[in-house]
Amino acid sequence: MTYDIIITGLIIVAQIFAVVVPVLISVAFLVYAERKVLALIQLRRGPNIVGPFGILQSFADALKLITKENIIPSGSNKIVFILAPIITMVLSLAGWAVIPFAPGWVVSDINVGIMYLFAVSSLGVYGVIMAGWASNSQYPFLGALRSAAQMVSYEVSIGFVIITVLLCVGSLNLSKIVLAQQTVWFAIPLLPMFIIFFISALAETNRLPFDLPEDESTLVAGFFTEYSSASFVLFFLGEYASMILMSSMTVILFLGGWLPPFDVYPFNVVPGVIWFTVKVIFILFLFIWVRGTFPRYRYDQLMRLGWKVFLPFSLFWVVATSGFLVYFEMLPN
Amino acid sequence: MKEVELNTTTINFGPQHPAAHGVLRLVVELEGEVVKRAEPHIGLLHRGTEKLIEYKTYLQAVPYFDRLDYVSPMCQEHAFALATENLLNIEVPQRAKFIRVIFAEVTRILNHLLNIPAYAADIGAVTPFLWCFEEREKLLEFHEAVSGARFHAAYFRPGGVHQDMPEGMEEKLFEHFKTLPKFIDDLEDLLTNNRILRQRSVDIGIISKKEAIEWGCSGPVLRSSGVAWDLRRSQPYDAYDQVEFDIPVGKKGDCFDRYLVRIEEMRQSISIINQCLNKIKPGAISVEDNKITPPKRNQMKKSMEALIHHFKLFTEGYRVPEGQTYAAVEAPKGEFGVFLVSDGSSKPYRCKIRAPGFAHLQILDNLSKGHLMADIAAILGSLDIVFGEIDR
Repeated sequence: MTYDIIITGLIIVAQIFAVVVPVLISVAFLVYAERKVLALIQLRRGPNIVGPFGILQSFADALKLITKENIIPSGSNKIVFILAPIITMVLSLAGWAVIPFAPGWVVSDINVGIMYLFAVSSLGVYGVIMAGWASNSQYPFLGALRSAAQMVSYEVSIGFVIITVLLCVGSLNLSKIVLAQQTVWFAIPLLPMFIIFFISALAETNRLPFDLPEDESTLVAGFFTEYSSASFVLFFLGEYASMILMSSMTVILFLGGWLPPFDVYPFNVVPGVIWFTVKVIFILFLFIWVRGTFPRYRYDQLMRLGWKVFLPFSLFWVVATSGFLVYFEMLPN
Repeated sequence: MKEVELNTTTINFGPQHPAAHGVLRLVVELEGEVVKRAEPHIGLLHRGTEKLIEYKTYLQAVPYFDRLDYVSPMCQEHAFALATENLLNIEVPQRAKFIRVIFAEVTRILNHLLNIPAYAADIGAVTPFLWCFEEREKLLEFHEAVSGARFHAAYFRPGGVHQDMPEGMEEKLFEHFKTLPKFIDDLEDLLTNNRILRQRSVDIGIISKKEAIEWGCSGPVLRSSGVAWDLRRSQPYDAYDQVEFDIPVGKKGDCFDRYLVRIEEMRQSISIINQCLNKIKPGAISVEDNKITPPKRNQMKKSMEALIHHFKLFTEGYRVPEGQTYAAVEAPKGEFGVFLVSDGSSKPYRCKIRAPGFAHLQILDNLSKGHLMADIAAILGSLDIVFGEIDR
């Protein structure tokens, strides 16, 4: 009996490692890829010293940061100050528990998967707010306030986008959402929602053009201005891990997850996990591309876009989609 | 319930701030995110240039001007050279005039190629910054070819220019300025019609015509407010009366107009340079008066007189007749003026420098009131502030 429990425990731990380690490694390569792609956009070379083509640059940077002194401002609330990056990091990894990489490749195939993901990504704002408040400094404080407002506003429209998808699927299980796209990826019938979701994902992960919480031209580095060393690394890792998480969410909701683009010979022999990875990389490339080309929104403009454009539009699409589904009797189940 | 008074937040924006443009320290009073007051504190880069010049001969004073607005060095040497020439009452040869105009315009493009992407970077677009730096590097190579230095050229000197352009320079310049318009088009593709850039800059930091004149604005900041005032047109110096160009004028005087005016000025500068390259003829590049300009090296090997001139010029310097003068040029940032007083010795008695950025920084408080915190960065960027010239 106890033997069984230990075995199950070990399997769970192994599963967690099997997910977390690749995620962390892909964060390192994402940072490298971002620097390289940005460099190409900006007619530079990018990192090319550490390792072949500079491929080990991120590891060198991480090592450098971790060995530095961790400075905790004397005026800060020390416990919260240290807790904030840990929360950010843990939350950005927690979401991976329900992501199906391929049929059956999922740590926990729960039936409310999408709700869990949504909840975890919403909690991300706590790390930011705590960091801003605990720093006891003006720039982080303003950055945290902005960030809280921004994440909350864009989550509202993300919520409606998810509802539209759920109406078409009839299940909250992520694997079922993917399987529902066997005939057509939701990106095609729900194209406007796909775009809204992508833009909201940019806002949710604080990426340009919505990177106001860390708007360097006004707020220095935003909520993590006061952070250094390992706690900075945690924020950094957390931010990029949640970027990959949001990309995976986009892929699962709209781009058919692990499904091949066409269910014909050369495509359907490629393992699902490779399709999944390719799609995630494509979305991440879009993230980086946007960063290379766009200026930044101002705080009030961002709020206007979120509440006055995206919210009414996504609300309208929820109503339109459900009306369509009911009228043509295409409701699932 | 206890009454709570809402306080404003005061933030120190700079002097170590990624968007503060050098060592500007802004004390910003915020109510939420809305700016109530933005008070510039200057003086952190004060080097006492004006006083130092009083202890230097006229020739030794030239390099100080490169170090004022370090983004557009040659235009400032130009003002000092003109002022000294006024006092000496000399006329510069035609070729020198054209060379000066060509390089003043190259400098203008250099300056705008820094300011436009810096402005874009202030509102979040980083890519143009690196694009423009590559173009700037190509232009700086021309600086280096004529003067030996990329920035601190000390090339325009009282009496002409230091040395003639190297052989084949005209063709190289001509070839280069054939490609530059394409680059400006690319830059505009990325910025001008970008909706986010427009939302961030249209109607931000409006300077009305009246205000612009009252606050002593000049250059692109004045022109974007709709005043077609350009010293190159109104009181042409050197060869500016021999070239044709348009003065771009804005309508509203907001950040976007200032950006557009600068883009158009770059195009006009290219046209001015091309006209100069067509008109320039071989000839002397400085006044042939060895009391003012040093003799050629080979003359010094042969002529005793030349050797004495050289010795006198580089020990004592030349004496400038007693008097006072004001000479101003249309520097890329606006009217850059030099007020020189000579007591008849070889050193200026007083040299007052009028920096355009100083006047522009004063309006900042007026412009940013009621705007959001993020707009301060945009307004600062669009005013083209460089601390070298403000603090002197």
